[in-house]
Amino acid sequence: MIISDLFEETYSALLVNKARSGLTILGIIIGIGSVIAMVSIGQGAKGTIEASIQSLGSNLIIVMPGAQRGFGGGGISSGRGSAQSLTLEDADSIKEEIPTAQAVAPELSGRYQVTARGTNTNTQVLGTTPTYPTVRNLQIELGSFVSDQNLRTLNKVAVLGPTTRDDLFGEGADPVGQTIRIRGTNFKVIGVTQAKGGSGFSNQDDMVFIPITTAQRFLSGNNYVSSIGVQAVDQGSMTDLQAQITALLLDKHNISNPELADFSTLNQADIVATASSVTDTFTILLAAVAGISLIVGGIGIMNMMLTTVTERTREIGLRKAIGAKRKDINRQFLSEAVLLTFMGGLIGIVFGWTVSFLVSSFGGIATSVSLSSILLAFGVSAAIGIVFGYYPARRASKLNPIEALRYE
Amino acid sequence: MIQCNNITKTYKSGDIETNALKDVSFQIKDGEFVAIMGPSGSGKSTLMHILGALDTPTSGEYILGGHDVSEFSDDELADIRKDKLGFVFQSFNLLPRATVLRNVMLPLVYADIPKEERRAKAIKALINSGMSESHFHHHSNQLSGGQMQRVAIARALVNDPSLILADEPTGNLDTKTGEVVLSTFQELNEKQNRTIILITHERYVAEHADRIITIRDGVIVEDELNKKKIKLNGN
Repeated sequence: MIISDLFEETYSALLVNKARSGLTILGIIIGIGSVIAMVSIGQGAKGTIEASIQSLGSNLIIVMPGAQRGFGGGGISSGRGSAQSLTLEDADSIKEEIPTAQAVAPELSGRYQVTARGTNTNTQVLGTTPTYPTVRNLQIELGSFVSDQNLRTLNKVAVLGPTTRDDLFGEGADPVGQTIRIRGTNFKVIGVTQAKGGSGFSNQDDMVFIPITTAQRFLSGNNYVSSIGVQAVDQGSMTDLQAQITALLLDKHNISNPELADFSTLNQADIVATASSVTDTFTILLAAVAGISLIVGGIGIMNMMLTTVTERTREIGLRKAIGAKRKDINRQFLSEAVLLTFMGGLIGIVFGWTVSFLVSSFGGIATSVSLSSILLAFGVSAAIGIVFGYYPARRASKLNPIEALRYE
Repeated sequence: MIQCNNITKTYKSGDIETNALKDVSFQIKDGEFVAIMGPSGSGKSTLMHILGALDTPTSGEYILGGHDVSEFSDDELADIRKDKLGFVFQSFNLLPRATVLRNVMLPLVYADIPKEERRAKAIKALINSGMSESHFHHHSNQLSGGQMQRVAIARALVNDPSLILADEPTGNLDTKTGEVVLSTFQELNEKQNRTIILITHERYVAEHADRIITIRDGVIVEDELNKKKIKLNGN
């Protein structure tokens, strides 16, 4: 029996019972389709989350102050990041003493009421240095960012985030040259940053950037910074850099026991890895739920094939009588099951793709259909055909021709 | 030539053994038209299954085309059926939703005959069995009983078998159509010198053959030439 004959037999056998074949295929379509759609939603979520973490900056390590503790270590802790232990000098020494630290941007942030000619808003005011845009992947839309000159001379200049600009000066206005007032001090607007969108943690568009020295002098009134962002030269050196920063700061702060460090470091790669593992788990969960429907579809195939074998017992007997061997019968019924799942798989891929497209265009959730998930779905559907078609086909091939011919 | 030597077939059901055939021996020469006659339960179906290489005897030899088939495996039996045998059944056993041509070509699919040759062979077999060309593309479930049996005969002929086995071929037909089918067998025997074994329980059907073997309770009780037909042919 040659392949084209096998295909012809299979095809015409499936056509005889169009409704039944169609419904069985539908089971596989739903199974494969939902696996593809669910995995694409999971992958899309992963992509979105990773992108938003990357938008914080690339190859970034954030150094934050440790917890404020009372005397003797047993007092009331006010939480991580609350202590005032990091200074501009720390930031400078990181930059000077560690060669893999490509850029260092200390930050001092606080929330203040900001007013401008009749309008006002409550927003985050971030004192920082000219390296900030490099470290945090920030682009300037209008004007310029804080310069070294501003930093040295404690200029009262401000760069607005686009949301803050909209709130204070109206949407799309050019505020460069205008004046805003923060905590009773006038600042001259010198630039507007480009919109980055919400990063999931904070809205980076609703901010006012001013020179960090100015912030220390006029806003916080002390020499501390609230965090230091350090950009590594490349991704490979991040762990190393993190260790070097820790060692350097422990040394500078005269702390011998690392357990008692008055600061902590946060590696962006760790955040990405954690977020990825969360989304991976999420994807697996979705795929598993969809996989159940695939198994149900497979059982549908088996059910249909068993019915078919029973119905066509006499036909099997006849085929055997005219010279079909066990393997011929086996192959015929197996290929019927595989063709069913294959067709279901093909349509299911289109279906899943359509669903994920609709989800992303109407549901606003990013989705991504990967080639690997398509190949996987295809392989799984063929495997389901073989697994669930095997038993019925074997049963058909083992029929005794005499009994099969007599079957009523 | 077909030779059966001391064929015995025993069925076991639990502890009870039933001898369906007991020490049956006979020969059938090429070109003979033989009827095997007997009431139900006589063992004629068992004999037909063994002659048709669908089953093997418990003991004894069955020599078909020079091979002792009685010891063959399932796959070897399938090869014998494919190359040497043609079956015609009481209930036709056609594929209902396939065309007449496809039904007749079916044995050639398993015989690995190239596609181009199949059609020509099938048409030839259909013409030999008396089917008119207008029905070749009809689905087999649109045909009358007599037509279906002719298609079945064509299917049995298509692989040019050395033996045609007809198991109650008129059992589902009225007397008149049955007569037509039987005369088709006679023609195939006389004009193409085909070897035919006709299994039946009715005397008037058996009388279309040249030789009648009567079987009862698993043994041959009578094996004689059909005098009636010889007389007819003699005139």
